[in-house]
Amino acid sequence: MADFEVPVLREYPIIPKLKEGTMAHSSPYVAKAVMQEPLGFPGELLDNWKEVAIEKMGELCGKYRSLQVYLDSCVKCGACTDKCHYYLGTTDPKNMPVARQDLLRKVYRRYFTFAGKYFPKLVGAADLTEEVLDDWYSYFHQCSQCRRCSVFCPYGIDTAEISMAAREIMDAVGKGQKYCNEIIGKVFKIGNNLGLPEPALRDTLEGIEEDVEDDTGVKVRYPLDEKGAEVLLVTPSADFFAEPHVDGLIGYGKVFHEAGISWTLSSKASEAANFGMFIGSYENMRRVSMRIREAALELGVKRIVFGECGHAWRVAYSFLNTLAGPFDFLDPRYPVPQHICELTNGLIKEGKLKFDKSLNDDMKLTFHDSCNVARASRMGDKPGGQFVIPREIIKACCNHFYDMPADTIHESTYCCGGGGGLLTDDLMELRVKGAMPRMQALKTVVEEHGVTNLVAICAICKSQFAKTLPYYGFDMNSIVSLHQLVSNAIILSDAPKDDDENDDDGDDA
Amino acid sequence: MPIEVNGKMLETDEEGYLADLNQWEPEAATVMAAAEDQELTDAHWEVINFLREYYEEYQIAPAVRVLTKAIGKKLGKDKGNSKYLYELFPYGPAKQACKYAGLPKPTGCV
Repeated sequence: MADFEVPVLREYPIIPKLKEGTMAHSSPYVAKAVMQEPLGFPGELLDNWKEVAIEKMGELCGKYRSLQVYLDSCVKCGACTDKCHYYLGTTDPKNMPVARQDLLRKVYRRYFTFAGKYFPKLVGAADLTEEVLDDWYSYFHQCSQCRRCSVFCPYGIDTAEISMAAREIMDAVGKGQKYCNEIIGKVFKIGNNLGLPEPALRDTLEGIEEDVEDDTGVKVRYPLDEKGAEVLLVTPSADFFAEPHVDGLIGYGKVFHEAGISWTLSSKASEAANFGMFIGSYENMRRVSMRIREAALELGVKRIVFGECGHAWRVAYSFLNTLAGPFDFLDPRYPVPQHICELTNGLIKEGKLKFDKSLNDDMKLTFHDSCNVARASRMGDKPGGQFVIPREIIKACCNHFYDMPADTIHESTYCCGGGGGLLTDDLMELRVKGAMPRMQALKTVVEEHGVTNLVAICAICKSQFAKTLPYYGFDMNSIVSLHQLVSNAIILSDAPKDDDENDDDGDDA
Repeated sequence: MPIEVNGKMLETDEEGYLADLNQWEPEAATVMAAAEDQELTDAHWEVINFLREYYEEYQIAPAVRVLTKAIGKKLGKDKGNSKYLYELFPYGPAKQACKYAGLPKPTGCV
């Protein structure tokens, strides 16, 4: 199945022995000029790339004080070394968070610190060379910016931010990553990561309406560009396209329908994802975010709700107001913006949604906390709401729920292995190996409780698991969307009663 | 890496997708499939032809759901599911079948 060694799942997790350079060959495709230029980056590697890179590094350290603090403050305590899923899965020492940071730090020291300028060897400072740039390109694309290491760092050094800075420097010198940059270009040109034009989106939504009506007997609507709707739903375009994502979208529609909330999708903001964050580019992140503001104003909505997408929720929860605000035109009684899980759970608490839990009895479930939701945002009005709320929804519509081991969930959750702009086929070896710690944890609950399905609230996690589960002996269909469970069990009050259906049989007792 | 089809060299990207959709001809699909040790049967062609028709109308590959529904309508309900499509295209219908059909690769979180 694979032309690389798939890690073995063990009785219990171990810290693997180091194998130097084992992932040095892993490097994603470089973006071509046509993908670079629309984002404002040089088309190819500049002749004076070294000067530009160092200048950019200085600019970023000035602009983001956190970055300079992270580069200055590491004391090499080693607490982070065994916390990265890519290190655990690949055994490459450069995938230890401290070593990854040092790739940038050694250059920072050389050009920006007194000791590094005059006594480079004493302080681990190094010149910026072509080899260093290649190392950056390889290993800063082996970090999914999941921030698990930062939870364990006594100084709170955030490797994600260092990775973002490194990628921004590489973009500035003309060495961008194809996967992310091609996608951001599609968002600007067509409106979403997939490149799904408005007529195709409309056709897909009409198809879903037909299917749901066939299935339930109820005309649940999946509206597009409807002015005057109360809610604008912004969701990853994978929800229109891939499995099991689309089953989640079907669930959102049923929730709005049952609650009687008018809603709409937008062909302009037909994407929640914001890959501008993955490449560390404030400008691109802002441009992508502005579409949401414009769509909300044009459609005259009162609320903005985000669908199941991990990093989109980080951008939405943590940055949207400064990127694209103020949102003073929205209804202040609701969170701006709101997560679909907050909305659904709120309705459950108000007693507005009813479930027949037995409809999910064919599954025993566990929940994968997505990194950007777990460690970079929140839900609800209490700390830890992002852990509690999705689990409350699952328990409201399913009878069988079991958590994975405590050191692999909540804020210690392991990345799926495909986050941060790495969900591309040219990084498949990295993705499979990086999934190992999550698979190990899954194996535990499969063996202890007979768990059959893994629930996620992130498009990247869902696609990554659908692809990597089979490498570890699990079924690709065992990954499900959270709102798919809602969709399965929700009781639509205007559904035809069973009695009506039986009438066809002429079975009138 | 370009591929040779009926004596012509067709440009492809790093992953083997055709650079120019308009250069596609049925033989291109056969050549691509052969490179992956796959033989194209009538069942494969049903999918490839549907993808091309859909793309012509909508400028994008169909969603998995749209594809399975269309195949189910044409070939019977037992074939209208992703399991059947994965049997035909083990690397995934969205990606492998798109490649053979000369369509660009679907991008994003898919």
